[in-house]
Amino acid sequence: MTSSYVDKSYVYAVVRVRYAELKLLNASVLSQLATAGSMEEALKILRDRGWGNGGSEDPESILQAEREKLWSFIDEIVADRSIFDVFKLPNDYNNLKAALKESVMKFDYPGIYISESTVDPELIAASIKERDYKALPESMQEVAEQAHSLFLKTGDGQICDIMVDRACLDEILKAGKATKDDFLKMYAEIKVASTDIKIAVRAALTGKGRDFLDMALAECETLDKAALIDAAAIGVEAISSYLGSTAYADAVPMLKESPAAFECWCDNLITQRMKPQLYESFGLGPISAYILARENEIKSVRIILSGKQNGFSNEMIAERVRDSYV
Amino acid sequence: MENMGVVFALLGAVFSALFAGIGSSIGVGLAGRAASGAVTEDSSLFSKVLILQLLPGTQGIYGLLIAFITLTQIGIMGGSADISMYKGLLYFAACLPMAVVGLISAILQAKCSVSAIALVTKHPDQFGKAMIFPAMVETYAILALLVSILSVFGIANVPV
Repeated sequence: MTSSYVDKSYVYAVVRVRYAELKLLNASVLSQLATAGSMEEALKILRDRGWGNGGSEDPESILQAEREKLWSFIDEIVADRSIFDVFKLPNDYNNLKAALKESVMKFDYPGIYISESTVDPELIAASIKERDYKALPESMQEVAEQAHSLFLKTGDGQICDIMVDRACLDEILKAGKATKDDFLKMYAEIKVASTDIKIAVRAALTGKGRDFLDMALAECETLDKAALIDAAAIGVEAISSYLGSTAYADAVPMLKESPAAFECWCDNLITQRMKPQLYESFGLGPISAYILARENEIKSVRIILSGKQNGFSNEMIAERVRDSYV
Repeated sequence: MENMGVVFALLGAVFSALFAGIGSSIGVGLAGRAASGAVTEDSSLFSKVLILQLLPGTQGIYGLLIAFITLTQIGIMGGSADISMYKGLLYFAACLPMAVVGLISAILQAKCSVSAIALVTKHPDQFGKAMIFPAMVETYAILALLVSILSVFGIANVPV
């Protein structure tokens, strides 16, 4: 009884998260940003709220600074940061794809590696360059070796990306289950299912075959992989009709609208599911929800700033902004 | 066997101090960690969260009180410690409400205090309301204390 009350309660971290939630951008601030007259005006609102490092940085540096602040805060409040690996796994596998491309194309692309990852990007780059796959984490070794040799043999970067993305999805699901935290499990499931749906739609639109779908789609609990492959082989309408019988029925209109609208719906679904964490005082749930809320917030701000930069209408920007957690 | 009375009575006193004390130490420790989180972010919250942290500490004091009264009644603290086995068992039973309710209520009150500390961290002006929630749990610790006190004092007059 003692350990369940004391060891896994994360009360110190949750209380600090509660305070940090006060600084999250709420719906009214996001709307204020979306309707700002220019990107400069939006940046001023953000700087006034403490975004960035206090200087006159460019938008990308401000967003990067916020991401760094988020992870340094998590480092400060949770001793074992690996619990949240599930959020960083996509960055690891993106770094793997980047390393594979850099190695095969024999070019150096500065700034293609993402620093917020569980595996040091330099280690990934070096092990791919030297074909020392054993230096990578066990879960990455097989896919790195297979994708590398296939890329070298065929020169087909897309197949290589698909293999790595599939391995990433499998790993996210595994990491979610390994945490034994209901919220993280739910997040991993929605993340994998929504990615499967996006891949299926893209494959249906570009006429990809069953072999491709079988390689690209990951198994998950809320979707029947075989049924999704059958539907994708027929077309987008068939995917919509199949999804109508799943937990993702509400996504069908968004799917018909655009991939971006569907992506926005997926993010909003996770936000909706994480709202009960606002009233939880124990466990990893509130901390995970805060990480996602910050990530979504940064995503929304990126959409707003790039929309302003490219002269999109306020309405168009507002449609793409994610729901606020607070 | 004739000395078993004092053994049972002493066991009751020990249980009362032990379990209520364990409950309170877990509770105060748990709430203390939450309070540290609040003070890390805003040091002006110290006095408010300190009160919330201390609420689960009362059960340990109640347990000690029952243990002390029992020890006095059975003559361990001075006088004759010669009591029958039945009386010893009665003292043991009299101490149980405080021991069991003290342990459980301290832990549950601490959980409530942690939530109240989170509430105060977000809305410091709601301290008064936030304090009432964990204080409600105290009611049951006080009821157990009353039963244990009345029983321990009443046993002296029981003709066994």
